[in-house]
Order: sequence, then structure tokens, then C-alpha cells
Amino acid sequence: MSAVLHTSGLAKRYGRVVAVDGIDLDVRAGDVYGFLGANGSGKTTTVRMLLGLVTPTRGEVELLGERMPRAARRVLPRVGALIEGPAFHGHLSGPANLSLLDAAGPGGTRRTRRRRIADVLDQVGLGGVARRPVRAYSLGMRQRLGLGAALLRRPELLVLDEPTNGLDPQGITEIRGLLLDLNRTGTTVFLSSHLLAEVEQLCTRVGVLDRGRLVLRDELAGLTAPTGATVVDTPAPERVRAVLDGRVLSVDGGRVLVRGEDPAEVNARLVAAGVPVFGLAVDRPSLEQVVLAAARTSADRVDAPGRRR
Amino acid sequence: MIGVELRKLFGRPRTWATIAVLNSLPVLVAALLALTDLAPRPGEGPPFLSAVLTNGALFPLAALAIVLPLFLPIAVAVVSGDAVAGEAQAGTLRYLLARPAGRTRLLVAKLVAVMAFVLVAVVAVAAVGHLLGSLLFEAQPVGGTSVSGTTLTAEQLSGRTLLAIGYVTVSMLGVAAFGLFFSTLTDSPLAAALGALAVLVGSSLLFTLDAASPIAPYLPTRYWLAFVDLFRDPIPWRDVSRGLALQGVYVGVLLAAAWARFSTKDVTS
Repeated sequence: MSAVLHTSGLAKRYGRVVAVDGIDLDVRAGDVYGFLGANGSGKTTTVRMLLGLVTPTRGEVELLGERMPRAARRVLPRVGALIEGPAFHGHLSGPANLSLLDAAGPGGTRRTRRRRIADVLDQVGLGGVARRPVRAYSLGMRQRLGLGAALLRRPELLVLDEPTNGLDPQGITEIRGLLLDLNRTGTTVFLSSHLLAEVEQLCTRVGVLDRGRLVLRDELAGLTAPTGATVVDTPAPERVRAVLDGRVLSVDGGRVLVRGEDPAEVNARLVAAGVPVFGLAVDRPSLEQVVLAAARTSADRVDAPGRRR
Repeated sequence: MIGVELRKLFGRPRTWATIAVLNSLPVLVAALLALTDLAPRPGEGPPFLSAVLTNGALFPLAALAIVLPLFLPIAVAVVSGDAVAGEAQAGTLRYLLARPAGRTRLLVAKLVAVMAFVLVAVVAVAAVGHLLGSLLFEAQPVGGTSVSGTTLTAEQLSGRTLLAIGYVTVSMLGVAAFGLFFSTLTDSPLAAALGALAVLVGSSLLFTLDAASPIAPYLPTRYWLAFVDLFRDPIPWRDVSRGLALQGVYVGVLLAAAWARFSTKDVTS
């Protein structure tokens, strides 16, 4: 599959601070790519370099097969972006804002503008918002409008920085559904987030950024693949140990980790021996565990020199 | 793109409020003059004001002379300082550039919008002045008196008034260029506007200082009042043409600097 977004050795240095330290990203057509990292790990700087807002200190960016920022004028109209939260002119209505933004660059014909604006407003759930100025919008409504602005030209690639910020649980579910729908119809999604749960539910591949370095990049399914063990929830962990001698890997209260990747087999042995079982599950690491193992302490934690844990 | 910026600027209530405030001072002066009949003596107070009681047709010029030292530069500095820094502060700059609006295009569009504002503001002051002059004072539409004492025909007077409007507009473009340049340096529109004003205040101050006389010809405010010369007979073009050339150099250099800065800047707002 072709690379829709590709970086090699991308780095950005602000004075003595290295914000992004040589990252190689590779997002293929059809991916929902989760770009994970703690606050301050360099996610936003990377997104800004992708879109040509910040000039890399070194390294290259290719979007849709063309070099950025040289090809910005050809490429960016085919990319929808949400960068560090939405921003609009508060005294204008949502549709007026979208209209001005659409008219400000190439690739959005005037003829279809009104139609496209009405369509995306419906899509993001702001169809009935009418002429209210953006100043009077709630945080969630602004977020929806920002997403609408990104969708205005049916982009092939969506670069979204924290797209569910400020949305309530219903809104988050709704937007997740919208993004998955768009992905099914061929839109590649690059999702930058520090919300592990969000990435876990949406993405097919992930890259984890830690202090400017990409410490992990893999298929999500591979990262959270079964470990070959089964988790048994039981009130009698000692009896499990007695029945499955030698296969018990760890006991944590009523939670027993047993070697063997088939819960049914484990269950049959325990039930046959009369051990009460409340629950059984295939053991797989959560994305959270994977990320915490790969990344170090939070980047916005500032320890005194020599006293870092 | 230019259309978008014009729509943004003139679709904004704040722009018209600025122009309204700008006109409030000439309105107040006109009202006071009409009520008291106390015109400043010739040679005192703002140029032309001493003559308006006898000829209201001169009030547009008096109005320009009233707002020229402070009100007009403040308005222009605020609008031009807001041009790029305002978008940066609101966060809309990153979306414009990712749209992509193109940095040079955006800067040119901002420049044109600011120039349009300058023109609209100057014309508005002149138009309101004309209205006040013909309503409150005895207008003599058939000609007027030049500063030199000779008589000007109505055509000459209106032609020279248009020239004066043009000259003041060019003078204000220098202010706009400072504002736009500072606007590309900072993400704070307030800082950009104050920067432009600081230059003007500094320039006005140095102009009064004898020790600064070697650099006086190069101060941006040096030839601002040369538009008065347009109403002498015959017109002494020396200061007017020097003023135009000086503003041209300032505008050219500052715009080049603004472009160099903006086209390579990391947009982190």
C-alpha cells in the first residue's frame, strides 16, 4: 500500500530544546493511525511540521506522495486538519467562518461551497445551528465545527490533533462513529492524542512518542495480542494453584494468571475439580500497559537534576 | 484571498466603531466652533481651522488636520497591528496557513485590506468633515481662499482636497507598514500596535529636538503636515514630493522585512 504520510528523520530543535528528535512515520492509505504521546512529548510540533506551519530542523515530510512544504499548495487542499483545538472568528456564525476559510485557499470551488458547508454541518451534528455567532458556541460545538472545517473538501487524509477534546461521552461516541464511517469510505486518518482509550477504540496502527522520539510503532492488534495466558477470577486462588500445579504464573487477590491460551480448557479443568470460577478471560495487555512500558515518566513532570526517579 | 480579507475587515463591527470614534473629534470641534464662534487665530491651532468659520468648505481639511497627529495614526496602528498578530492570537492563523492560504498571498491580502482601511478612514473623515462644514458653517461653494491669500476656484479647491486626501493616505501607509511588520514579529496585536505607535511618538519627539536635526529628514512623521502646502499658491512641491518618497522607502523596506519574517516563521500560535 502507498504511503499517505511519510517522514524520515524528522527533527525540530528550539534553541537548546529538542522538541522532536528524528522520527520516521509511515501512514498507509486506509489506516487509522494513532499518534500517541504524553503532553509535551512533541506531538503538536510534529503535526505542525507535517502541515508546513513549522520548518523542520532536519528530516523530510511527504504528504500524499509529495514533498512538504514545497508542494503545500497542491497537497494541503486534499488534507483536512484540526490543530491543537479549533479556532474561529467569534463574531461570525459557524457557516460564515467555514465560508471564509474555504474561500481563503485553493481547491474549494465557490459553486459548491454552500452545499458543502450544509453537508458537513449535518455530518458533525450542527445542522440546526443557523446564524448564531461562534462566540456563543459551547466547547463541544466549537470542536464539532472544527471537525466540519477539516471535512469541508472531502479530504483524502485527516490530520486530527485531540479531536474529541471538550466533547461529552455521547459526542465522543458520535465523532468516533463519524471517523470510522469516513475511514470506511477511503479517508486515511492520522489521530494525535494522549487519550489511550480513544486510540485503542479507533486505530489500526499506533506510534508512541516519548520526549521527541518514536519509541514504538506497530499494528495495534500486535501490541495487544494475547500473551498465551488466561486470567481466572476466583474466590479460591489456592485451590486453583492446587489443581493447575505449575501453570499458575501469578496470584493477585482473586485474580490468578494461568499459562494456557484457551480459557475453555482451563475452565473445564477447574470446574471438574469443583473450583468456583467467577470469570475467565484471555490475557492481553492493554494499550496503557504497552505505552507505560515503552515511555518514561510524563514529559510535563520536571524533576530537579540528579533526583529523577 | 484579498476578497476574504476585505470581507473580514469590513464585516467586523470593530472596524466601523474605530472609524466612528475617529470622526468624533472633528464632530466635537465643529460643534464647539459653531456654538461659540471662537475660531483660533490664523497660525494657531490645527491648520485650516481658523478659516472654517468664514468658509465651511475648508472643514474637511481641518478635520484631517485634527485627526492627523494622533487619532488617525492610532486607528491605523491598531488595525495594521492586528492584521497578522490578531489571527495568531485567535488561533485562526494556523488554519489559514494549513488551508493553505500561502504566506505571501496572505500577507499581500492583509496589506491590501489595511490599505483599504486607511483609504476608507481618511475618506470618511473628509466626508464627515464636508458634511459638517456645509451644515454648521457658512459654506462658500464658489471657490475659497488659499493659505497664501489668493483665491481658488471651486474646481481647484475640490481637486486639491482630493490631492490632500491622497497625501494623507500615503502618510498613513507608512504607519500601516510599521504595524504590519511588527504584527509579523509578535503574536500579540496589542504589542504590534503599540510598537507602531512608539515609532511615531519617538519620531514626533525627535522632530522637535534640535540635536536630532541631522536625522530629521528621515523621520517618518517629518512631512505629514506637508499636505497644507497643497493649498498654497503656487504649490511648493518640495516637501510633498519628499514626503511621498520617504513614505515609499519606509513602506518598501518594512514590507520586505515583514515578508522575510513571515515567510520563514515557525507558526506556533
